[in-house]
Amino acid sequence: MNDRASRLLLLGSVFVIATCGLVYELIAGTIASYLLGDSVTQFSTVIGVYLSAMGAGSWLSKFIDRREGWIFVQVQLLIGLVGGGSAALLFLLFPVVSSFRVPLYGLIFLVGMLVGLEIPLLLRLLKDRIEFKDLVARVFTFDYIGALLASLLFPLVLVPHLGLVRSSFLFGMLNVAVGLMSSRLLIPPGPQRRLLSVSGFLLLGGLLAGFIASERLMAWSERSAYTDTVLYAKSSPYQRIVLTRNGADLRLHLNGNLQFSARDEYRYHEALVHPGLARLPEARSVLVLGGGDGLAVREILRYPSVDRVTLVDLDGDMTRLFRTQPLLTRLNGDSLNHPKVSVVNADAFTWYATNRQRFDFVVADFPDPSNFSLGKLYTTTFFQRVRSSLEPGGALVVQCTSPYVARKTFWCVNQTLRASGFNRTAPYHLYVPSFGEWGFILASDQPMEAPLRLPTGLRYLTGTTAPSLFEFPPDMDAVPVEVHRLNNQMLVRYFEEEWAQYVH
Amino acid sequence: MIPPLQPGSPTHGPRRTTRREFLGAATVGAAFGWAGCNAAPRFTGAIVGPDRALGHRLRDRDLPPPESSERHDVVILGGGIAGLAAARSLALRGLRDVVLLELEPETGGNSRSGINAVSAHPWGAHYLPLPGAQANEVRQLLAELGVVTGFDAQARPIYREEYLCHDPAERLFVHGRWQEGLIPQLGLDPGERDQVSAFLQRMEAFRHQSGADGRPAFAIPVDRSSQDPMLLDLDRITMARWMDREGFQAAPLRRYVNYCCRDDFGAGIDRVSAWAGIHYFAARSGVAANAPTHSVLTWPEGNGWLAARLREPVPAGQIRSGHAVFGIRHDDRGAEIDVFDAAKNRSLRIECRALIAAIPRFVYRRVHGLPPDPHLHYPPWMVANLTLDSRPESRGMPLCWDNVIDGSDGLGYVDAGHQSLFPHPRRTVLTYYRPLDSADPATARAEALKADWSHWCDLTLDDLSVAHPDLRRRIEHLDVQVWGHGMIAPAPGFIWGHRPAALTQREGVVYFAHSDMSGISLFEEAYTRGLHAADAVFQQLQTTA
Ligand SMILES: Cc1cc2nc3c(=O)[nH]c(=O)nc-3n(C[C@H](O)[C@H](O)[C@H](O)COP(=O)(O)OP(=O)(O)OC[C@H]3O[C@@H](n4cnc5c(N)ncnc54)[C@H](O)[C@@H]3O)c2cc1C
Repeated sequence: MNDRASRLLLLGSVFVIATCGLVYELIAGTIASYLLGDSVTQFSTVIGVYLSAMGAGSWLSKFIDRREGWIFVQVQLLIGLVGGGSAALLFLLFPVVSSFRVPLYGLIFLVGMLVGLEIPLLLRLLKDRIEFKDLVARVFTFDYIGALLASLLFPLVLVPHLGLVRSSFLFGMLNVAVGLMSSRLLIPPGPQRRLLSVSGFLLLGGLLAGFIASERLMAWSERSAYTDTVLYAKSSPYQRIVLTRNGADLRLHLNGNLQFSARDEYRYHEALVHPGLARLPEARSVLVLGGGDGLAVREILRYPSVDRVTLVDLDGDMTRLFRTQPLLTRLNGDSLNHPKVSVVNADAFTWYATNRQRFDFVVADFPDPSNFSLGKLYTTTFFQRVRSSLEPGGALVVQCTSPYVARKTFWCVNQTLRASGFNRTAPYHLYVPSFGEWGFILASDQPMEAPLRLPTGLRYLTGTTAPSLFEFPPDMDAVPVEVHRLNNQMLVRYFEEEWAQYVH
Repeated sequence: MIPPLQPGSPTHGPRRTTRREFLGAATVGAAFGWAGCNAAPRFTGAIVGPDRALGHRLRDRDLPPPESSERHDVVILGGGIAGLAAARSLALRGLRDVVLLELEPETGGNSRSGINAVSAHPWGAHYLPLPGAQANEVRQLLAELGVVTGFDAQARPIYREEYLCHDPAERLFVHGRWQEGLIPQLGLDPGERDQVSAFLQRMEAFRHQSGADGRPAFAIPVDRSSQDPMLLDLDRITMARWMDREGFQAAPLRRYVNYCCRDDFGAGIDRVSAWAGIHYFAARSGVAANAPTHSVLTWPEGNGWLAARLREPVPAGQIRSGHAVFGIRHDDRGAEIDVFDAAKNRSLRIECRALIAAIPRFVYRRVHGLPPDPHLHYPPWMVANLTLDSRPESRGMPLCWDNVIDGSDGLGYVDAGHQSLFPHPRRTVLTYYRPLDSADPATARAEALKADWSHWCDLTLDDLSVAHPDLRRRIEHLDVQVWGHGMIAPAPGFIWGHRPAALTQREGVVYFAHSDMSGISLFEEAYTRGLHAADAVFQQLQTTA
């Protein structure tokens, strides 16, 4: 190869390195804002870390004074590996690490540093072949053109057509390919070059496998099931947790069922907690069953008189997620990390077997009784256990699906609460746009006569709207139903029948 | 009292590879998890249960002569339900000098159960129907055990709901899918449908019928049934004959009734008497404030739960397990028992003032030196407990407590995890039942005792795979138990012909108490007999003290 061609090729590799580097940076920034929210912060911190890492890399280059060519190629391959695998690795680490920012910034720093190392090394490699002022001009031109290309390619081609994970694998391969080519120019034939070639081809194969597998996985991933962008998906031992976002809206799905939409969840959670708790001026201890998202707890913590909140949720993955992910702790006001709150990961029935504590207010926020296993949490047997854990004058509130869609289901919970020994039940409902008409039932032994003292800062309930929730129009009014027991599971049967008819 | 809770609870942890995947992201973990499913199925297990070698030595009386002797007021032979009921009753009355001798390492007999990291599970008896009006003793017991928590305004018992079989209780695999309930419904033609409902109506009529003597036609305990000859005549023919006679020919109906008879007696409709066959449908009449009449009580470990409760008030020192009785002599003043202590490998002689023989009658005859009674038939059974890492998939109705495959040689399986209150069970134990009734009991027994573990695995899986092709790969462990003499089968002429004369209740100071004396092996029969034997012994001791 003549000198001109090899010069061009080396300058071309500046271009590739610059493009790839910026693509990795953009990918990391996008993943960070997907997963952590607040894209302004995420992008500016990612860019900051990346640029400073490049600076660190350039500085480090002065310690290299031998075998620049050999190191240049090795660094190329390394960028291909780290950058190419970065998107998959970040997604992989998100649910398993407690502090996602450590691997995030660690990876960005590593890529930035390696890229920062390459430019000075290349300048040194070319310094004898090109005149200095020419060299600097050309290198930086290629560098910035590469950056321009990346910034156009990323939003227009890569994200819509390839997705983040495949894009990063693709650019990793590009890095490795250029590394392999430059090894032919910079390293004389021999065992060293052979070693580099072999490792380069292995890397290429690995990245290609990743590229192909990501496509395959996408086919049976939730991507197809959810119209919104899936931020997070995980199969815990108990359920499939999927978090999606669409613009500013964040939605949680458990086993494919919508649990909340950030847009209107305050309606649901205010209605779940306040009609009961605001009438219990003496309430000190509150129990939340289910509700691992911490949103009900957020509402409970509005009462300064409450000094102890116990949350019993089966799924440790759920509570961990809502304790650690900034996007979610912002939503629940970091309620699960509040000093008054203790989180227990246990099944409610099992937990009750050993519980000796009593509570002024119990919130049962379980998933709908859509199968026979969940149905057990709405039985007389379960409600009797809850009842015996109430302080005198205490109350229970139960989320009971939609009284409009599933009228029998709703009133069956009411009957069941009565049959479990609660003398008073007060059913109520409200409209939650993402759910439709939704119902709750308050149950207690004595009438709850204390005046309603709503905390400040609510967005839906007021002293005047709250009492109106207890009125039922004729199309949702009580119907005769049977009591739901372990040995008849009437509720599950009603639920199935009613929701099956409702095409949604 | 809290039952052993939560099979498959999170403390045991799900063992399945957890899929972690991210959308838009290829993850290696998921790809591996996926590939893992296709790994070759491998599971562990063994034939467990009775000590065969000891059984043979006992049968051949190849045991050392007694080296020492003891004296006790009362000796109870056999620690099944009847023996435990007697021991409990005597303990509650404050009798101290009582010894119960049980052959196996554990008490419980046909109601024994096992337990592993996933769940307690039955090895034999697994449910008790709501006791009816005649079963006073059992109703009393359930109140004492807290199974009945009170009574409603109409004096109907209120049952503790976690012990009632949870819904959904039963399903049937028929025409390639699961339907709810065991009574065939899917794919019946109108004629068959009519026969099924006519049959059920007949059974319902029998359930409400009383004989000329005013007693219920079919009762539990059986001895409280009407003695009206018209009804007892049903004991002279087989159930199949009776169905022929009444025009119940529809094949799905006959398969269903055959299943019921095999389930309750270990023998099908052409072997059991019509009286016994009808008894299955017509004798269960218990009422409850909070459950319909056909409900049953059950626990993860089946009736092992009841066996454990019966044992509770009995002082531990009174129960000697691993003791094989091999000789009995008695006169009017007392009895003398030769018993082999397996752990110490030596025999001793026990003298007593009264003896309760709560062992099967064929065993009693053998150790007492009497010739076998040709009218006593005990078909062998096999039971397998399958520990699964996840629940099998089902087309149609989801997993129930009792799961039956239409037309199979097995009786399907019971899910030990069903009564768990834990809402997200994954791993569970399924108990598979199969009476070995394709040959006469003696031949079937000889064959069964020769078969090895892999034979039973194949038999079980060949049967269940019809409904669950995915079952094999979910199995972690499969244990098998062969009951050489499962339970007594009521052939025609036995319950109301041979039995009353041959299966005496008392001979001198020997009081008999075993369910086979009823001709139908049920908890209620065993318990009531044990209790009454204890009453009689108590009386004897009072009068001769
Ligand atoms: C597979 C199967 C399933 C069943 N399912 C049900 C059910 O669901 N519901 C129901 O009500 N009934 C069921 N039964 C019937 C069951 O037999 C009765 O419920 C009850 O357990 C019988 O108790 P028992 O005390 O009369 O007899 P056994 O259980 O036979 O007790 C006799 C005891 O004597 C011991 N013994 C025997 N020989 C000797 C000896 N030489 N020395 C010392 N001890 C000896 C035995 O080991 C045993 O423990 C089932 C039976 C089987 C086999």
